Amino acid sequence: MEYRNVLTTCPYCGTGCALYLQVLDGSVVGTLPVKGHPISEGALCIKGWNAHGFIHHADRLTKPLIREQGQFREAGWDEAYNLIADRFSSFKSDFGPDSLAVLSSAKCTNEENYLLQKFTRAFLGTNNVDHCARL
Amino acid sequence: MNRLEALRNAVGELLDKVEGVIALRNKSGHVAPHLFREREELNGLGLSPKYPLPATLRLIQNEYPEAKLGIVCRGCEERGLIEMAKRNQVELGNVTVIGLACTADEAEECRCAKPYPSVLVDAHVGERTEPVPDRVAEELRQKEVAERLSFWRSQFDKCIKCYACRNACPQCFCPECTLEEELWVERGRVPPPFPSFHLIRAMHTAGKCVGCRECELSCPAHIPMTALYALIRQEMGEMFGYEPGVDLEDQPPLVLPMEVEI
Repeated sequence: MEYRNVLTTCPYCGTGCALYLQVLDGSVVGTLPVKGHPISEGALCIKGWNAHGFIHHADRLTKPLIREQGQFREAGWDEAYNLIADRFSSFKSDFGPDSLAVLSSAKCTNEENYLLQKFTRAFLGTNNVDHCARL
Repeated sequence: MNRLEALRNAVGELLDKVEGVIALRNKSGHVAPHLFREREELNGLGLSPKYPLPATLRLIQNEYPEAKLGIVCRGCEERGLIEMAKRNQVELGNVTVIGLACTADEAEECRCAKPYPSVLVDAHVGERTEPVPDRVAEELRQKEVAERLSFWRSQFDKCIKCYACRNACPQCFCPECTLEEELWVERGRVPPPFPSFHLIRAMHTAGKCVGCRECELSCPAHIPMTALYALIRQEMGEMFGYEPGVDLEDQPPLVLPMEVEI
Protein backbone atom coordinates (compact mmCIF):
# COMPACT_ATOMS: atom_id res chain seq x y z
CA MET A 1 0.00 0.00 0.00
CA GLU A 2 1.86 3.05 -1.28
CA TYR A 3 0.27 6.34 -2.32
CA ARG A 4 2.18 9.44 -3.32
CA ASN A 5 2.00 12.41 -5.66
CA VAL A 6 4.75 13.09 -8.17
CA LEU A 7 5.33 16.71 -9.14
CA THR A 8 5.80 17.21 -12.87
CA THR A 9 5.04 19.56 -15.76
CA CYS A 10 2.07 19.09 -18.07
CA PRO A 11 3.23 17.53 -21.36
CA TYR A 12 0.39 18.88 -23.51
CA CYS A 13 1.57 22.36 -24.47
CA GLY A 14 4.32 24.89 -23.92
CA THR A 15 2.64 26.84 -21.10
CA GLY A 16 4.31 24.80 -18.40
CA CYS A 17 1.49 24.18 -15.93
CA ALA A 18 2.53 22.08 -12.96
CA LEU A 19 0.58 18.97 -12.05
CA TYR A 20 0.77 16.07 -9.66
CA LEU A 21 0.49 12.52 -10.94
CA GLN A 22 -1.29 10.44 -8.30
CA VAL A 23 0.58 7.16 -7.93
CA LEU A 24 -0.98 4.20 -6.14
CA ASP A 25 1.27 1.12 -5.85
CA GLY A 26 3.34 2.18 -8.85
CA SER A 27 0.38 2.89 -11.15
CA VAL A 28 -0.58 6.40 -12.19
CA VAL A 29 -4.27 6.72 -11.32
CA GLY A 30 -5.04 10.44 -11.56
CA THR A 31 -3.96 14.06 -11.85
CA LEU A 32 -4.14 16.91 -9.34
CA PRO A 33 -3.38 20.58 -9.88
CA VAL A 34 -0.51 22.15 -7.93
CA LYS A 35 -1.85 24.88 -5.65
CA GLY A 36 0.29 27.97 -5.37
CA HIS A 37 2.39 27.14 -8.42
CA PRO A 38 3.64 30.35 -10.07
CA ILE A 39 2.60 29.31 -13.61
CA SER A 40 -0.69 27.47 -13.23
CA GLU A 41 -1.83 28.86 -9.83
CA GLY A 42 -3.65 25.68 -8.85
CA ALA A 43 -5.62 25.41 -12.09
CA LEU A 44 -5.43 23.08 -15.09
CA CYS A 45 -7.23 22.93 -18.41
CA ILE A 46 -9.18 19.89 -19.54
CA LYS A 47 -6.08 18.35 -21.12
CA GLY A 48 -4.01 18.82 -17.99
CA TRP A 49 -6.68 17.20 -15.82
CA ASN A 50 -6.41 14.14 -18.09
CA ALA A 51 -2.62 14.13 -18.42
CA HIS A 52 -2.41 10.71 -16.74
CA GLY A 53 -4.71 9.14 -19.35
CA PHE A 54 -2.15 7.88 -21.83
CA ILE A 55 0.46 6.55 -19.42
CA HIS A 56 -0.95 3.04 -18.98
CA HIS A 57 -3.26 3.19 -22.00
CA ALA A 58 -3.57 -0.02 -23.99
CA ASP A 59 -3.16 1.88 -27.29
CA ARG A 60 0.12 3.47 -26.27
CA LEU A 61 3.12 2.56 -28.45
CA THR A 62 5.93 1.14 -26.35
CA LYS A 63 8.08 -0.28 -29.16
CA PRO A 64 9.17 1.21 -32.49
CA LEU A 65 7.13 0.14 -35.52
CA ILE A 66 8.63 -0.08 -38.99
CA ARG A 67 6.32 0.06 -42.00
CA GLU A 68 7.09 -2.40 -44.75
CA GLN A 69 4.78 -2.81 -47.74
CA GLY A 70 2.02 -0.95 -45.93
CA GLN A 71 2.24 -3.10 -42.81
CA PHE A 72 3.72 -2.16 -39.44
CA ARG A 73 5.99 -4.59 -37.66
CA GLU A 74 7.58 -4.27 -34.23
CA ALA A 75 11.29 -3.55 -34.18
CA GLY A 76 14.11 -2.97 -31.70
CA TRP A 77 15.41 0.55 -30.97
CA ASP A 78 18.80 -0.08 -32.61
CA GLU A 79 17.16 -1.24 -35.82
CA ALA A 80 14.80 1.75 -35.84
CA TYR A 81 17.58 4.30 -35.25
CA ASN A 82 19.81 2.67 -37.88
CA LEU A 83 16.99 2.86 -40.42
CA ILE A 84 16.37 6.56 -39.64
CA ALA A 85 20.10 7.36 -39.95
CA ASP A 86 20.42 5.45 -43.22
CA ARG A 87 17.41 7.14 -44.80
CA PHE A 88 18.44 10.64 -43.63
CA SER A 89 21.92 10.07 -45.08
CA SER A 90 20.66 8.72 -48.38
CA PHE A 91 18.13 11.56 -48.87
CA LYS A 92 20.81 14.11 -48.01
CA SER A 93 23.36 12.67 -50.47
CA ASP A 94 20.83 11.94 -53.26
CA PHE A 95 18.66 15.06 -53.10
CA GLY A 96 20.60 17.60 -51.00
CA PRO A 97 20.01 18.76 -47.39
CA ASP A 98 17.03 20.96 -48.27
CA SER A 99 15.09 17.84 -49.19
CA LEU A 100 14.79 17.27 -45.44
CA ALA A 101 12.69 19.10 -42.86
CA VAL A 102 12.25 18.67 -39.14
CA LEU A 103 9.16 19.42 -37.12
CA SER A 104 9.64 19.85 -33.38
CA SER A 105 7.06 20.16 -30.66
CA ALA A 106 5.78 22.59 -28.04
CA LYS A 107 5.60 19.59 -25.71
CA CYS A 108 9.38 19.36 -25.66
CA THR A 109 11.59 21.28 -23.28
CA ASN A 110 13.62 24.30 -24.39
CA GLU A 111 16.73 22.16 -24.29
CA GLU A 112 15.22 19.45 -26.48
CA ASN A 113 14.06 22.03 -29.01
CA TYR A 114 17.49 23.63 -29.01
CA LEU A 115 19.10 20.25 -29.66
CA LEU A 116 16.73 19.51 -32.51
CA GLN A 117 17.38 22.78 -34.34
CA LYS A 118 21.12 22.26 -33.78
CA PHE A 119 20.83 18.76 -35.24
CA THR A 120 18.85 20.09 -38.19
CA ARG A 121 21.14 23.01 -39.02
CA ALA A 122 24.54 21.64 -38.08
CA PHE A 123 24.17 17.99 -38.96
CA LEU A 124 21.49 17.77 -41.62
CA GLY A 125 22.59 21.12 -43.04
CA THR A 126 19.20 22.72 -43.64
CA ASN A 127 17.22 25.57 -42.08
CA ASN A 128 13.98 23.61 -42.56
CA VAL A 129 13.05 23.40 -38.89
CA ASP A 130 9.71 24.37 -37.40
CA HIS A 131 7.37 23.40 -34.58
CA CYS A 132 3.76 22.45 -34.02
CA ALA A 133 2.84 25.59 -32.07
CA ARG A 134 3.03 27.64 -35.32
CA LEU A 135 0.03 26.02 -36.97
CA MET B 1 3.94 24.14 20.29
CA ASN B 2 2.87 25.37 16.88
CA ARG B 3 0.18 23.78 14.72
CA LEU B 4 2.59 21.87 12.51
CA GLU B 5 4.43 20.35 15.46
CA ALA B 6 1.14 19.48 17.14
CA LEU B 7 -0.08 17.82 13.95
CA ARG B 8 3.22 15.96 13.56
CA ASN B 9 2.86 14.57 17.08
CA ALA B 10 -0.75 13.54 16.51
CA VAL B 11 0.05 11.81 13.19
CA GLY B 12 3.12 10.16 14.73
CA GLU B 13 1.08 8.72 17.60
CA LEU B 14 -1.60 7.50 15.22
CA LEU B 15 0.98 5.80 12.96
CA ASP B 16 1.65 3.31 15.79
CA LYS B 17 -1.97 2.16 15.60
CA VAL B 18 -2.86 2.25 11.90
CA GLU B 19 -1.29 1.13 8.61
CA GLY B 20 -1.02 4.63 7.20
CA VAL B 21 -2.16 8.22 7.70
CA ILE B 22 -3.43 10.42 4.85
CA ALA B 23 -2.12 13.96 5.25
CA LEU B 24 -0.31 16.61 3.27
CA ARG B 25 3.35 16.30 2.39
CA ASN B 26 5.60 19.25 1.65
CA LYS B 27 8.14 18.34 -1.01
CA SER B 28 10.08 20.47 -3.50
CA GLY B 29 8.33 23.56 -2.16
CA HIS B 30 4.84 22.28 -2.98
CA VAL B 31 2.24 20.46 -0.94
CA ALA B 32 0.25 17.38 -1.96
CA PRO B 33 -1.76 14.55 -0.40
CA HIS B 34 0.37 11.64 0.78
CA LEU B 35 -0.02 8.34 2.58
CA PHE B 36 2.42 8.43 5.48
CA ARG B 37 3.56 4.92 6.53
CA GLU B 38 6.63 5.66 8.69
CA ARG B 39 7.43 8.19 11.42
CA GLU B 40 10.65 9.07 9.56
CA GLU B 41 8.59 10.60 6.77
CA LEU B 42 6.95 13.10 9.11
CA ASN B 43 9.66 15.72 8.64
CA GLY B 44 7.95 16.45 5.35
CA LEU B 45 4.47 16.84 6.87
CA GLY B 46 2.65 19.88 5.43
CA LEU B 47 -0.27 22.03 6.57
CA SER B 48 -1.49 24.11 3.66
CA PRO B 49 -2.73 24.84 1.03
CA LYS B 50 -5.47 22.30 1.65
CA TYR B 51 -6.33 19.44 -0.69
CA PRO B 52 -9.50 17.32 -0.38
CA LEU B 53 -8.00 14.39 1.54
CA PRO B 54 -11.29 12.39 1.72
CA ALA B 55 -10.97 11.92 -2.06
CA THR B 56 -7.58 10.32 -1.44
CA LEU B 57 -9.12 8.08 1.22
CA ARG B 58 -11.74 6.96 -1.30
CA LEU B 59 -9.02 6.17 -3.85
CA ILE B 60 -7.01 4.08 -1.37
CA GLN B 61 -10.07 2.34 0.11
CA ASN B 62 -11.08 1.28 -3.42
CA GLU B 63 -7.97 -0.91 -3.49
CA TYR B 64 -7.67 -1.61 0.24
CA PRO B 65 -11.20 -1.69 1.72
CA GLU B 66 -10.05 -3.37 4.95
CA ALA B 67 -7.00 -1.19 5.67
CA LYS B 68 -6.84 0.59 9.02
CA LEU B 69 -6.17 4.18 8.08
CA GLY B 70 -5.89 7.61 9.62
CA ILE B 71 -6.79 10.89 7.93
CA VAL B 72 -6.25 14.54 8.77
CA CYS B 73 -9.47 16.51 8.26
CA ARG B 74 -10.32 20.18 8.35
CA GLY B 75 -13.91 21.25 8.95
CA CYS B 76 -14.88 21.06 5.29
CA GLU B 77 -13.15 17.71 4.84
CA GLU B 78 -15.01 16.21 7.78
CA ARG B 79 -18.31 17.44 6.34
CA GLY B 80 -17.32 15.96 2.99
CA LEU B 81 -16.39 12.65 4.61
CA ILE B 82 -19.84 12.48 6.23
CA GLU B 83 -21.62 13.00 2.90
CA MET B 84 -19.34 10.52 1.13
CA ALA B 85 -19.97 7.90 3.83
CA LYS B 86 -23.75 8.30 3.41
CA ARG B 87 -23.34 7.45 -0.28
CA ASN B 88 -21.03 4.47 0.36
CA GLN B 89 -18.00 6.17 -1.14
CA VAL B 90 -15.90 5.72 1.99
CA GLU B 91 -16.14 3.29 4.90
CA LEU B 92 -15.50 5.00 8.22
CA GLY B 93 -15.36 1.83 10.40
CA ASN B 94 -11.58 1.45 10.06
CA VAL B 95 -10.77 5.14 9.84
CA THR B 96 -9.37 7.37 12.59
CA VAL B 97 -9.76 11.11 12.09
CA ILE B 98 -7.30 13.77 13.29
CA GLY B 99 -9.11 17.10 13.28
CA LEU B 100 -7.27 20.22 12.15
CA ALA B 101 -8.90 23.57 12.90
CA CYS B 102 -8.34 26.24 10.25
CA THR B 103 -6.71 29.53 11.16
CA ALA B 104 -8.81 32.71 11.13
CA ASP B 105 -7.14 33.73 7.86
CA GLU B 106 -7.94 30.41 6.22
CA ALA B 107 -11.55 30.59 7.39
CA GLU B 108 -11.79 34.12 6.03
CA GLU B 109 -10.40 33.12 2.65
CA CYS B 110 -12.89 30.25 2.34
CA ARG B 111 -15.86 32.22 3.77
CA CYS B 112 -16.26 29.08 5.90
CA ALA B 113 -19.35 28.49 8.02
CA LYS B 114 -17.58 25.97 10.27
CA PRO B 115 -13.80 26.14 10.03
CA TYR B 116 -13.16 23.20 12.37
CA PRO B 117 -14.17 19.53 12.53
CA SER B 118 -16.12 18.21 15.54
CA VAL B 119 -18.14 15.10 14.65
CA LEU B 120 -15.84 12.24 13.63
CA VAL B 121 -12.70 13.53 15.27
CA ASP B 122 -10.52 11.37 17.55
CA ALA B 123 -7.75 13.93 18.13
CA HIS B 124 -7.85 17.73 17.81
CA VAL B 125 -5.10 20.02 16.51
CA GLY B 126 -5.31 23.83 16.43
CA GLU B 127 -7.58 26.37 18.08
CA ARG B 128 -11.13 26.78 16.85
CA THR B 129 -11.84 30.07 15.10
CA GLU B 130 -15.08 31.89 14.42
CA PRO B 131 -17.33 31.03 11.43
CA VAL B 132 -17.20 33.50 8.55
CA PRO B 133 -20.41 34.46 6.74
CA ASP B 134 -20.40 34.08 2.94
CA ARG B 135 -20.65 37.77 2.00
CA VAL B 136 -20.66 37.05 -1.73
CA ALA B 137 -23.71 34.79 -1.32
CA GLU B 138 -25.41 37.26 1.03
CA GLU B 139 -24.97 40.16 -1.37
CA LEU B 140 -26.43 38.08 -4.17
CA ARG B 141 -29.37 37.06 -2.02
CA GLN B 142 -30.31 40.72 -1.58
CA LYS B 143 -30.45 41.31 -5.33
CA GLU B 144 -33.42 41.03 -7.67
CA VAL B 145 -33.76 37.87 -9.74
CA ALA B 146 -32.94 39.68 -13.00
CA GLU B 147 -29.83 41.18 -11.47
CA ARG B 148 -28.74 37.78 -10.16
CA LEU B 149 -29.33 36.23 -13.56
CA SER B 150 -27.17 38.81 -15.29
CA PHE B 151 -24.46 38.35 -12.65
CA TRP B 152 -24.32 34.60 -13.24
CA ARG B 153 -24.54 35.04 -16.99
CA SER B 154 -21.46 37.28 -16.95
CA GLN B 155 -19.65 34.80 -14.68
CA PHE B 156 -20.52 31.64 -16.61
CA ASP B 157 -19.65 33.35 -19.91
CA LYS B 158 -16.05 33.02 -18.74
CA CYS B 159 -16.32 29.23 -18.48
CA ILE B 160 -13.82 27.33 -20.67
CA LYS B 161 -15.57 24.02 -19.95
CA CYS B 162 -12.46 22.42 -18.49
CA TYR B 163 -14.50 20.35 -16.02
CA ALA B 164 -12.08 21.36 -13.25
CA CYS B 165 -15.03 22.09 -10.90
CA ARG B 166 -16.30 18.54 -11.48
CA ASN B 167 -12.83 16.96 -11.32
CA ALA B 168 -11.74 18.81 -8.19
CA CYS B 169 -14.99 18.14 -6.32
CA PRO B 170 -14.63 15.39 -3.71
CA GLN B 171 -18.41 14.90 -3.90
CA CYS B 172 -18.38 14.27 -7.69
CA PHE B 173 -17.91 10.53 -7.96
CA CYS B 174 -20.53 9.34 -10.47
CA PRO B 175 -18.98 6.86 -12.92
CA GLU B 176 -21.05 8.48 -15.66
CA CYS B 177 -21.40 12.25 -15.51
CA THR B 178 -24.43 14.03 -16.96
CA LEU B 179 -22.12 16.87 -18.00
CA GLU B 180 -20.52 14.52 -20.51
CA GLU B 181 -23.81 13.43 -22.08
CA GLU B 182 -24.40 14.87 -25.53
CA LEU B 183 -28.14 15.06 -24.79
CA TRP B 184 -27.52 17.78 -22.19
CA VAL B 185 -24.18 19.25 -23.10
CA GLU B 186 -23.34 19.81 -26.73
CA ARG B 187 -19.81 18.77 -27.64
CA GLY B 188 -17.36 21.42 -28.80
CA ARG B 189 -19.41 24.36 -27.57
CA VAL B 190 -17.55 26.87 -25.38
CA PRO B 191 -18.74 28.51 -23.24
CA PRO B 192 -21.24 25.78 -22.46
CA PRO B 193 -24.96 26.60 -22.66
CA PHE B 194 -26.14 29.04 -19.98
CA PRO B 195 -27.51 28.29 -17.49
CA SER B 196 -28.02 24.56 -18.01
CA PHE B 197 -24.41 23.36 -17.75
CA HIS B 198 -23.75 25.01 -14.41
CA LEU B 199 -27.22 24.42 -13.03
CA ILE B 200 -26.98 20.69 -13.80
CA ARG B 201 -23.86 20.64 -11.67
CA ALA B 202 -25.47 22.78 -8.98
CA MET B 203 -28.50 20.48 -8.82
CA HIS B 204 -26.37 17.34 -8.74
CA THR B 205 -24.26 18.60 -5.86
CA ALA B 206 -27.25 19.95 -3.92
CA GLY B 207 -27.50 18.09 -0.61
CA LYS B 208 -23.88 17.01 -0.72
CA CYS B 209 -21.93 20.20 -1.41
CA VAL B 210 -20.30 21.13 1.88
CA GLY B 211 -18.72 24.36 0.70
CA CYS B 212 -15.09 23.21 0.64
CA ARG B 213 -14.45 25.58 -2.27
CA GLU B 214 -12.25 23.17 -4.23
CA CYS B 215 -14.28 23.93 -7.40
CA GLU B 216 -13.72 27.65 -7.09
CA LEU B 217 -10.03 27.27 -6.21
CA SER B 218 -9.35 25.13 -9.28
CA CYS B 219 -11.40 27.26 -11.70
CA PRO B 220 -9.10 28.90 -14.27
CA ALA B 221 -11.86 31.48 -14.97
CA HIS B 222 -12.28 32.38 -11.25
CA ILE B 223 -16.06 31.84 -11.25
CA PRO B 224 -17.30 32.23 -7.64
CA MET B 225 -19.52 29.16 -7.83
CA THR B 226 -19.26 28.41 -4.11
CA ALA B 227 -21.64 31.33 -3.60
CA LEU B 228 -24.22 29.68 -5.88
CA TYR B 229 -23.94 26.40 -4.00
CA ALA B 230 -24.14 28.25 -0.67
CA LEU B 231 -27.44 29.83 -1.75
CA ILE B 232 -28.80 26.41 -2.77
CA ARG B 233 -27.64 24.96 0.54
CA GLN B 234 -29.50 27.75 2.33
CA GLU B 235 -32.68 27.08 0.31
CA MET B 236 -32.45 23.37 1.04
CA GLY B 237 -32.05 24.06 4.72
CA GLU B 238 -35.22 26.15 4.70
CA MET B 239 -37.21 23.69 2.56
CA PHE B 240 -36.11 20.36 4.00
CA GLY B 241 -34.33 21.22 7.23
CA TYR B 242 -31.27 19.46 5.83
CA GLU B 243 -27.71 20.57 6.27
CA PRO B 244 -25.04 18.50 4.52
CA GLY B 245 -22.05 17.26 6.48
CA VAL B 246 -23.48 17.68 9.95
CA ASP B 247 -24.85 14.30 10.97
CA LEU B 248 -24.07 10.79 9.67
CA GLU B 249 -27.66 9.69 10.36
CA ASP B 250 -29.49 12.49 8.52
CA GLN B 251 -30.56 11.24 5.11
CA PRO B 252 -30.16 13.65 2.17
CA PRO B 253 -33.58 14.80 0.89
CA LEU B 254 -32.80 14.25 -2.78
CA VAL B 255 -32.34 10.51 -2.29
CA LEU B 256 -35.50 10.06 -0.18
CA PRO B 257 -39.07 9.66 -1.49
CA MET B 258 -41.28 12.71 -0.93
CA GLU B 259 -43.78 12.27 1.86
CA VAL B 260 -45.43 15.66 1.54
CA GLU B 261 -46.03 17.94 -1.37
CA ILE B 262 -44.25 21.26 -1.31
